[in-house]
Amino acid sequence: MAARRRAATRGTFPGWLLPLALILPELVVVGLFFLYPAARVVEDSVTASNAFGLSSRFVGLANFRALFSGGDELHSLEVTALFVGVTTLVAMALGLFLAVQVEQLGRSRVLFRTLFVWPYAVPAAIGGTLWLFLFEPGIGPGARLLADLGVRWNFALHGPQAMVLVMAIFVWQQVGYNLLFYLAALQGVPSEFQEAAQVDGAGKLRTFWRVVFPLLGPTTFFLLVMDLLAGLFGSFAVVDLVTQGGPAGATSFLVYQLYRDGFVNSNANLAAAETIVLLVIAGVLTVFQFRFLNRRVHYR
Amino acid sequence: MRPTRGATSTLGRGARLGAVTLLALLFLVPLYVAVVAATHPASAFLRGVPVLPGGDLLANGRQVLVRGLPGTPSVPRMLLNSALMAASVTLGKLLIAVPAAFAIGFFRFPGRRLVFWLIFVTLMLPIEVTFFPTYQVSVQLGLFNNFGGLVVPLLASATAVFLFRQVFAAFPLDLVDAARLDGAGPLRFLAEVALPMARPTLAAVAVIEFVYGWNQYLWPLVITSSPSNATIVMGIREQIAAAESFAVPQWNLVMLVALLALIPPVVVVVAMQRWFVRGLVFQAR
Repeated sequence: MAARRRAATRGTFPGWLLPLALILPELVVVGLFFLYPAARVVEDSVTASNAFGLSSRFVGLANFRALFSGGDELHSLEVTALFVGVTTLVAMALGLFLAVQVEQLGRSRVLFRTLFVWPYAVPAAIGGTLWLFLFEPGIGPGARLLADLGVRWNFALHGPQAMVLVMAIFVWQQVGYNLLFYLAALQGVPSEFQEAAQVDGAGKLRTFWRVVFPLLGPTTFFLLVMDLLAGLFGSFAVVDLVTQGGPAGATSFLVYQLYRDGFVNSNANLAAAETIVLLVIAGVLTVFQFRFLNRRVHYR
Repeated sequence: MRPTRGATSTLGRGARLGAVTLLALLFLVPLYVAVVAATHPASAFLRGVPVLPGGDLLANGRQVLVRGLPGTPSVPRMLLNSALMAASVTLGKLLIAVPAAFAIGFFRFPGRRLVFWLIFVTLMLPIEVTFFPTYQVSVQLGLFNNFGGLVVPLLASATAVFLFRQVFAAFPLDLVDAARLDGAGPLRFLAEVALPMARPTLAAVAVIEFVYGWNQYLWPLVITSSPSNATIVMGIREQIAAAESFAVPQWNLVMLVALLALIPPVVVVVAMQRWFVRGLVFQAR
């Protein structure tokens, strides 16, 4: 009865000093190392510093114009889009295909889940190292196999080969992640749905696309956003180890280009402008994701 | 109709098992080749990498752990740094995320919505998004090339807060009201009711954060400069460079270091798969 009188605060404790104290450490860390840097980078992106970094002046959108006016940075945007698009599509399709197969394997389900998930736990840089050796021209078993098949394999010279190699490494790591989510989602699809459709005479494949796949919609959407983010931001280590962005910028994706501009070429203002681009892309994806997450929370 | 369906699904099952097994073995090839390479002398690769593992694992291990490749940081030291970094990231995340999620879940204080959103904008964003300005700020705060710099900036992510909030939000409201009637304060409630009930999430967050901390590459690369602060994952770059400087590239040693660097996160994820999967899949809810 006492609880009913406090209907407005049901399930909560009174007071505001304690909760603020409890949340302060998290807020300070996020503020100092994410929100403040993100705000400061806006200022840096519209200024130009002299060579000694002692003075800076407002230059409007000049840094962004440099970004989009051709040259390395525009090329970086293009190859990033190609990489992220292809890897997301392949990793999701393969993850879904494997999840559907593994789901029907009964008791060996967990074993096969493990066999596809472990590469996801491998540090990207180490995954890149394994593949680097595998496809090292003249030495690696993969490279020798390709040479035997008549391919002139040398990813240090051929841009498309470098791109395919980096894509393959990324997919190898990301498939397990997608499989995990699809597997969990498939286990939530009531089998009556599939059986009912099969009684109606729909073929197995048609049943899947018309009945099961739509039910996986929220998972597909979630994975789409997560894979795009992983492709955008998770590819740095592999690129740095395997191709160093080359040959001729063929694999110089945004985060790698930013690293080059900021740390190798020491152009802080250009790096700031590139960070803004990353923030905008990531922000849009996050907003999409949040709308979806919120919907799910409300439905519960 | 039934019998034919049964027959085709038995046939289908065999084909399915075969196809999935083949793909699983294909996924294992990079790991297998690394194991083979790590157990041979480097000269064995000149005519192609052997098919089976050899007997040089101990010799290679001594070379890697005791002598090291010329001009590179000590491998045991890098392994220790990685372990300390991963453990600190895990502990630090739990220490700041649990109270934060508790405050959001069980209190109604002014500015709660604002605080909630300030923290949750970072949910999907890894440090790679803002690594450049975060690096600049960290340097100004005296976090360049020390252990604090390796750990503290990595704590700025909302994944752990989000997972705990999800658990707390699913708690029955009566639980808090009952605790209040019993005269239990919020901190006692946290210690005696909320945390024990959130134990699976604690395990899940611990696994996710340990792997997150151990697997970092870009951040240690920019925030440290001396060999004594190198981690095993970022250190692999120098190992490769040193190995390639030999007339016969010492790939056997690189593969051994790579195996040492991938074993901890892979073992943790495989051994604690249940918690890891639960934590990940919970994010999509």
